[in-house]
Amino acid sequence: MLGPFVGVLFDGFAYGMLLFLLSVGLSVTLGMMNFVNLAHCAFAMLGGYVTVTLMRDFQWPFFATLPLAFLSAAATAVVFERALYRRLYRASELDQVLLTIGIAFISVAVAAYLYGTVQQPVELPSYLRGSWTLLGVNFGIYRVFLVVTALVIALVLGLMLEFTRFGGTIRAAVDNQRMARGLGIDVDRSFAVTFALGSGLAGLGGALAIEIVGLDPAFAFHYLVYVLIVVSVGGLGSIGGSFAAASLIGFSDVAGKYYVPELGAFLIYLVMLALLMWRPAGLFGKR
Amino acid sequence: MASASSAFAPQAYLQAQTRWRAVELAFWLSCLLPFVLFPNYLVLASQIAITALFALSLDLILGYAGIVSLGHAAFFGLGAYSAGLLAKHGWGEPLSGLVLGAVVAALVGYVSSFVIARFRHLTLIMITLGFGLLLHELANKAHWLTGGADGLQGVRMWPLLGAFMFDLWGFTAYAYALIVLFAVFLVTRRLTNSPFGLSLRGIRENPVRMPAIGAPSVAHIRKIYTLSAAIAGIAGALLAQTTETVSLETLSFQRSADVLVILVLGGAGRLYGGFVGAIIFMVARDRFSGLTPQYWYFGIGVLLVAVVMFLPNGILGGLARLAAAWRGKAT
Repeated sequence: MLGPFVGVLFDGFAYGMLLFLLSVGLSVTLGMMNFVNLAHCAFAMLGGYVTVTLMRDFQWPFFATLPLAFLSAAATAVVFERALYRRLYRASELDQVLLTIGIAFISVAVAAYLYGTVQQPVELPSYLRGSWTLLGVNFGIYRVFLVVTALVIALVLGLMLEFTRFGGTIRAAVDNQRMARGLGIDVDRSFAVTFALGSGLAGLGGALAIEIVGLDPAFAFHYLVYVLIVVSVGGLGSIGGSFAAASLIGFSDVAGKYYVPELGAFLIYLVMLALLMWRPAGLFGKR
Repeated sequence: MASASSAFAPQAYLQAQTRWRAVELAFWLSCLLPFVLFPNYLVLASQIAITALFALSLDLILGYAGIVSLGHAAFFGLGAYSAGLLAKHGWGEPLSGLVLGAVVAALVGYVSSFVIARFRHLTLIMITLGFGLLLHELANKAHWLTGGADGLQGVRMWPLLGAFMFDLWGFTAYAYALIVLFAVFLVTRRLTNSPFGLSLRGIRENPVRMPAIGAPSVAHIRKIYTLSAAIAGIAGALLAQTTETVSLETLSFQRSADVLVILVLGGAGRLYGGFVGAIIFMVARDRFSGLTPQYWYFGIGVLLVAVVMFLPNGILGGLARLAAAWRGKAT
């Protein structure tokens, strides 16, 4: 009885860590600029396709593709930020929603044109396959790897935000953007850097997600919902909040699908609506 | 200037707004043209009228009250399933189905409006999105009631008013949809040009300041949201009755996004914006139906980016600006 439950708990946590990687960038950028970026998962999808292409067509090892997934997503994000997003920071949220939905639509169409609508497979290196058994519970090696990666990234991000000068400017901008500008902080520049970093993490998340959830052009919209759920439940601009919310949502989703499969995704939406009504600013949100 | 004098005579201002313009009359008369010019496209015309009605319902909350909703298809689908289920279970009278669709959607809209009125910004977007997804999933799982992903089959409609059969060419369907659209339009036109409509626009501009001048934002939002849900329900019921089937797609996120695109393309906050958008969107989709869906969505995406960047108030907003510039030059 307890064994399967621990297994579900672990799988849910691993899935939650994936959601954390996908959503943490959006959480911070939303907290800074209040820019509703619905194209966030399009950058994640880009990272996934970069990994697939490098592994399939250029026979790169899986690990070597991950930095490139990060870099390509970050570089593309900077281009979009400078060319389009920058003009809409003070526009209404409707305009932001429309622009970024438009970009997400375009990304889906381009992905479908280049790769077709089929799921893209990846061949994991042998040492990441299989599982360990501990006290009668199976731990997939890849999921352990995922959890460790996400924990390390969360730790690094947390330390960076707390102890570096750059982290200080980000926290100032999230708390009060106008005041931060008044103090001479170049909010636009630190926003561009944060945006690139966040999108890069999404790209990395997209690459790591292929093994767990697959990769097809629908990724940009399907996981957008999950990412938005994590962000709005966790609260804007909070790394700890994203982490807690991602774990919670990941666990409810996996547990819901395992114990009450007839409910499907119903449970996750219900959890989100209930949490939002209870705490409109999210679990850890200040505003 | 007009604005200065209108500030002193609000009734005169509102009356000037309600006066029918020649362009409006021309628009409604031209809606009759498909009967004569395109008798083979009446089915498409009825779909356009239904989509325009749905866009009009979204315009009331988005264009006037400033509530961004990513889940408005929820009410469309509620109306469609209510009317469809009524007809499937032995009562195929169209008008009562329409009323049922409106009532069910309005009831759900009224209950959810208590939640909607409390929130703004991202939380509001997420709640409308989550609510839409929730209903979609519910209808998908309730296979015994809705037919799930196969759609609701076996909807049989009785003749409209006992006299007009729903024919294969969509003659009755278009006439029916157009009359309903016009009737609802008259109501919304009267409403948006009333003091209530004005205070809605005030809420869109500043929801905090409106209560200070005596307009209760929350109560107004509840009212308009319920009304908008009812109209969306009517549009859904129309679709169910004229196509005699209800698919799960009526509740999908895709439909919510499409109607948003339509409204913004035409111009939000103008009653005719949704109509113009619906005509362009639906005709284009019909023309390009041979295309694979991915190209269609590529086009939609480019269009959205272009509208946001270059036409912030949609096609009608752009036309109004052109007209204003032209008039400025003439005087």
